[in-house]
Amino acid sequence: MINLTINDQKVSVPAGTTVLDAAKQLKINIPTLCNHPDLCVAGNCRVCVVEQKGARTLVASCATPVAEGMEINTNTLKVRNARRHIVELLLSEHRSDCTKCYKNTKCELQALANEFAFGDNIFLDLVEDHLYTIDRSSPSFTKDDSKCIRCQRCVRTCSELQYISAIAVANKGAQQKISSFHNKPMSHVICTNCGQCVNRCPTGALIEKTYIDQVWDAIYDPEKYVIVQTAPAVRVALGEDLGYDPGERVTGKMVNALKQIGFDSVLDTDFSADLTIMEEGTELLTRLKKALVDKDASVKFPMFTSCSPGWIKFIEHKYPEFLPNLSTCKSPQQMFGALAKTFYAEKKKVDPSKVVSVSIMPCTAKKYEADRPEMRASGYKDIDFVLTTRELAVMIKQAGIDFRNLEPANYDSIMGDSTGAAVIFGATGGVMEAALRTAYELVTGREVPFNNLNITPVRGLEGVKEASVKIEGCTDDWKFLEGAELKVAIAHGLVNANKVMADVREGKSPYHFVEIMACPGGCIGGGGQPIPTSREIRQNRVNAIYEEDEHMVLRKSHDNPDVIAIYKEFLGKPNSHKAHELLHTHYFERDSY
Amino acid sequence: MYEVEDLVKNLSLKYGRSRRSLMPILQGIVEKHNYLTDEVMVEVAKALDISAAEVYGTASFYTFLDTQVRGKYVIRVCKTITCSMKGKGEIMQTIEEMLKIRPGETTPDRMFSLLETNCIGWCHKAPAMLINEMPYTELTSEKVVEILKSYMKTK
Repeated sequence: MINLTINDQKVSVPAGTTVLDAAKQLKINIPTLCNHPDLCVAGNCRVCVVEQKGARTLVASCATPVAEGMEINTNTLKVRNARRHIVELLLSEHRSDCTKCYKNTKCELQALANEFAFGDNIFLDLVEDHLYTIDRSSPSFTKDDSKCIRCQRCVRTCSELQYISAIAVANKGAQQKISSFHNKPMSHVICTNCGQCVNRCPTGALIEKTYIDQVWDAIYDPEKYVIVQTAPAVRVALGEDLGYDPGERVTGKMVNALKQIGFDSVLDTDFSADLTIMEEGTELLTRLKKALVDKDASVKFPMFTSCSPGWIKFIEHKYPEFLPNLSTCKSPQQMFGALAKTFYAEKKKVDPSKVVSVSIMPCTAKKYEADRPEMRASGYKDIDFVLTTRELAVMIKQAGIDFRNLEPANYDSIMGDSTGAAVIFGATGGVMEAALRTAYELVTGREVPFNNLNITPVRGLEGVKEASVKIEGCTDDWKFLEGAELKVAIAHGLVNANKVMADVREGKSPYHFVEIMACPGGCIGGGGQPIPTSREIRQNRVNAIYEEDEHMVLRKSHDNPDVIAIYKEFLGKPNSHKAHELLHTHYFERDSY
Repeated sequence: MYEVEDLVKNLSLKYGRSRRSLMPILQGIVEKHNYLTDEVMVEVAKALDISAAEVYGTASFYTFLDTQVRGKYVIRVCKTITCSMKGKGEIMQTIEEMLKIRPGETTPDRMFSLLETNCIGWCHKAPAMLINEMPYTELTSEKVVEILKSYMKTK
């Protein structure tokens, strides 16, 4: 242990601890900006400077490890003046149109400026002198360089968490900027639209592209029939933007709020998550049969899940030779979309051209996915608008709803039923667990051999997880699987996906089925979720997801009554011709930059 | 295309495929081709298994690693204080008139590009300029005309 004093208070911490973290133990607050718990130390914004006795200059507390006998002062005149100037200098290069900014009151730079209570700025405003670009090319987010303070959280996120580096630091000095390859529009580079950078940007430089106004317009239009679906991960995080602690489930209140906002039908993406399990599980078993019984060499293993649009774009750019390994299933959002303007419109006797299909997602990549030209199986754009969890919170506030005192309500019928298996889609390992619950039972006629259906080896926040299930006691149709060991793996965060893919490319991967989610923690850690995020917050949301699962009456996708009904009335059986037309898709090779 | 691939391949064999080889590889390319095309930056990214944005980020940091079209001969006239005081303006004017281009531009035949540079360490023999890697010092208008003529002859 290392002993030091901070503001004359003694503290001892393990070697390697930063001064910033040591101060936290003493409940001494040091402001930070470029620092983020998920990312490596950068030390470039200097907001966290403190005075170290004997040191020539002030030191950045986030980047300075403790030393024996160190004497730190966090609140001297020198520190105060330095911090003040640092924030003022950052502001001199930041377009401060705060009241018109989407991040107004949620901006970390604004919070610092507020803390220092500036009157007049003594520095020149440099924003006017530069020709800044605002990149609106991505359907998922906007990149506004005039608000960028070059803290490089986004650059570190894209490289450390996602292994993409679609953006990097370019040029130098006053010209320094965060740039894509040769300043190309973000829609034309390797960016997966995952939004992890948006989630970590301290200012309004990176924000999701909002469709709030378009959704209000549709709601107020008496001609339109507006359907909304909510993804599993939204209900365990929405509360954070409305004053609740991370990990509080607000499912019933959220449904009620959506009804009050004025959506004509409030339905659940969980329904189509269950449907995904039916389609994807059947696809996996069919592939196994083709490979093992028909000896069809064209069938590729491992099969990859296809629910995460960020992951899909990642593999299209970086590992296109493995596109045949991807499940052809659309994501739950898009399955829902294809059915909303066909099956649901028919049932409700609504003209599908009048249906506006909105989805609430924890995700920015879903906005991009909805825009993909393939996603028009219904003959219309299957999903019209995608809103993030954050945007829904904004709408709830705009509608003047007293969220805390709302009575819980239930989803509407037909495409609103769900099971616990669908809920856990929101956490890493959830799709795998849901698939195993159904596939195992389909093949053996018995429940998966785990206590209370909880397949714990696939749960948790470890980057890459693996598990195997021995298949015993198969029914006659599936005798060829008797005694087989189904090997599965789960990765979340594209840096972990890349590890799995590197093994697959080298032929070292023993797995049959691999679940990959683009974001750390799975959808609960999505780019559209409330800000801030950290491992602890993600863990709380994961816990809430499994709580929600435990509280469900039905916990296996094949038990969902709406799913059973839609196969009976409309789709026939899983992987039928009609199911393929509406619920499956194809993929494209994309450029490597 | 094949030429680019071969060049990057040879350079990455020479310097290795680790991240630290990025600079020597980029310098090797500029030595041969004067500037970095998008195509070549993508090839380098593939060879080193890093992103093209990272390659561009590094290239754009260094003045001598150009990412814009440059002519066969890149003229860099020193703009720092000593050269400015010793007649850099006249030198620039002479070159602009002779080549019919402004600073930052390239002649239509892709022979010459005209740029200004920060100090190149020839203050004692100012004004000075570089043509590719060759320094020319104690310049006068007459001298510059002769130098450029000799380059035009070598086409």
